[in-house]
Amino acid sequence: MSNSTQIIQAGLKKRYAKEKRFRLYGLISIIISFAFLLTLLTSIFSKGLPAFQQSYVKLDVELDAEVLGISRDSSENEIYSANYSKVIDNGLRTMFPGVTGRKQKRDLKNIVSTSADYTLRDKIIKNPALIGTKQSYWFLAKDDIDVFMKGNIDRNLPESDRRIKDYQLVWIDQLLAENRLEKRFNTVLFTNGDSREPEQAGLKGAIVGSIFTMLVTLLLSFPIAVAAAAYLEEFAPQNNRWVDMIEININNLAAVPSIVFGLLGLAVYINFFGVPRSTPLIGGLVLTLMTLPTIIIASRAAIKSVPPSIKEAAVGLGASRVQTLFHHTLPLAMPGILTGTIIGMAQALGETAPLLMIGMIAFVAEVPGSILDPATVMPVQIYLWSDSPERAFTERTSAAIMVLLGFLVTMNLVAILLRKKFEQRW
Amino acid sequence: MSEIITTIPGINTAPLESANVKPSVETRSEFDVEINGTVGKPLIKNPKMSSRNCDVFYGDKQAIFNVDLDIGNNEIIAMIGPSGCGKSTYLRVLNRMNDTIPICRVTGQHTLDGEDIYGKKQDPVLLRARVGMVFQKPNPFPKSIYDNVAYGARLHGLASNRSELDDLVEASLIKAGLFKEVKDELQKPGTGLSGGQQQRLCIARAIAVDPEVILMDEPTSALDPIATANIEELMDELKESYTIAIVTHSMQQAARVSQRTAYFHMGKLVEVNDTDKVFTNPEHQLTENYITGRFG
Repeated sequence: MSNSTQIIQAGLKKRYAKEKRFRLYGLISIIISFAFLLTLLTSIFSKGLPAFQQSYVKLDVELDAEVLGISRDSSENEIYSANYSKVIDNGLRTMFPGVTGRKQKRDLKNIVSTSADYTLRDKIIKNPALIGTKQSYWFLAKDDIDVFMKGNIDRNLPESDRRIKDYQLVWIDQLLAENRLEKRFNTVLFTNGDSREPEQAGLKGAIVGSIFTMLVTLLLSFPIAVAAAAYLEEFAPQNNRWVDMIEININNLAAVPSIVFGLLGLAVYINFFGVPRSTPLIGGLVLTLMTLPTIIIASRAAIKSVPPSIKEAAVGLGASRVQTLFHHTLPLAMPGILTGTIIGMAQALGETAPLLMIGMIAFVAEVPGSILDPATVMPVQIYLWSDSPERAFTERTSAAIMVLLGFLVTMNLVAILLRKKFEQRW
Repeated sequence: MSEIITTIPGINTAPLESANVKPSVETRSEFDVEINGTVGKPLIKNPKMSSRNCDVFYGDKQAIFNVDLDIGNNEIIAMIGPSGCGKSTYLRVLNRMNDTIPICRVTGQHTLDGEDIYGKKQDPVLLRARVGMVFQKPNPFPKSIYDNVAYGARLHGLASNRSELDDLVEASLIKAGLFKEVKDELQKPGTGLSGGQQQRLCIARAIAVDPEVILMDEPTSALDPIATANIEELMDELKESYTIAIVTHSMQQAARVSQRTAYFHMGKLVEVNDTDKVFTNPEHQLTENYITGRFG
């Protein structure tokens, strides 16, 4: 072997060792990242899954016309405002006679949620013929009962350290023995808007609010961004000072803290243009400003990557510049544009700070019916629930996070499908 | 060894003449020869397209110097010359493709059928429908073969219903010599064809718009010899109905297909003549140097 070969051979062992170490570092990095991701997902899922179940209590109620104060022939209004609370109260007292003292009586009523009255009312309204009969219904249990059922209140602690007192434990044990207390799938989470009572709190308001806000954002930001990118790439004069300044500003806007857009929304949209506060409309307008730079930058890169030979062929056949853009450039740039849009929309879906100034960080109990109704969005709902003191909100916060993640995954899937549809090979 | 060689007839092994002898014309440097105007017949009667005093600038750099040239009706004119001599630039002047390059400036008078094509009233979109172009690298759209050929017709509204469009597509593909090979696969993507087929597809696409002039910028330089022969045969048929101007690097191709040949050198038009004359008895020294292979 020549001298050079000997030198090379001597150094080979070290080189291979270096490479092995580098690959090991890479593998360790991936494992660490995965570990973090797994920890995050596990903690969220383990905390959130119990929220998809809710405790219900079965009560026998006597729908006495006298107690209710109405009869089968009463008007709709009268049926609406009858005394359902007393009926439920009576049902509970019948099951647990011998309850004395104001505190105990109040705690007895608090076995079921305050929504029990309305549940009963809705049943009677649907079928007034039930008046005068005895029925058994399942009612939503109060959040303390629910928390106990999910094992978060330790009955072995001294009574003064628990929210559930000993007499309440007696009632719960009796209900369990009579199979009157069970856990079911928590539909309330998806049918109700927000509420102060945890067992009645749902995500429907936030989900609908998010959908409306995202719709407004998408419908505004997508065309504006694509048009701006197309103009800057195809029609704007090159090497022009003003055009360069516009480009620099757009790139910088992508890095501006999002709360600034909220301030802008307050100053311009609300104060100057009088757009109603707390609505998906204003939320969408503010988030549009935030996502525009992201989509513009991605679209410009996609449009730039369309091969000029295709554009030349179109121009050579007599297509005008705008026709070339719409017939050839944009369809070929769609995969890249859609990727930018997904990233922008995913960012907008999770944003809370810009919505602070425009009034969407608020307790909104009703489900919005249009983009002009007061609404809140999913990340805001998560924040509000995480701030609430009741124990039952802990699991609901995690459940809301899971729903938000599900949203994101669905949005990504839709965009990937769209992208596959547009992808062509040339 | 030399004894064997001297006995073979025809080989001269006499010693070289002395270095004091003046070198013959053939070995003088190309830069010693001047270009004073275009020799030959650049101008003809009743041309289809004509240029006078054509100058083209890319920013401050001038690419074409004072070119006067006529292109006759139903003829094939070949433009030859070394790399970078401006023949493609001149070709693109004829259908205003240089408009797409912002720093490019074209001056001079250019006409199609006597009308100024750079006039304020002239619409470049309409011009490009009358003067079509085929490019060096085949560039079919990433659509089906049918949609490729139909694109120009749809763009300009040349067919009023689907069956008319079908007929137009079929006729164009037949004229381009491609129909037989693809008639059962019109919905397949145009990019799935071979190189030669793609170029014929591009020609069919250009023909479908019913142009009067077809400009071809080195159409066969990216193709194999058999595909090249197909396209050259096609050009011969096409000249019955269209005027064709072709830029080519291959002198053999120019000799095979064209009736007149124009030789460009460093942005200047050196010589224009009937093809036979250019290749057997060129008038200008530079032309002779080029065709005999002194430089490329």
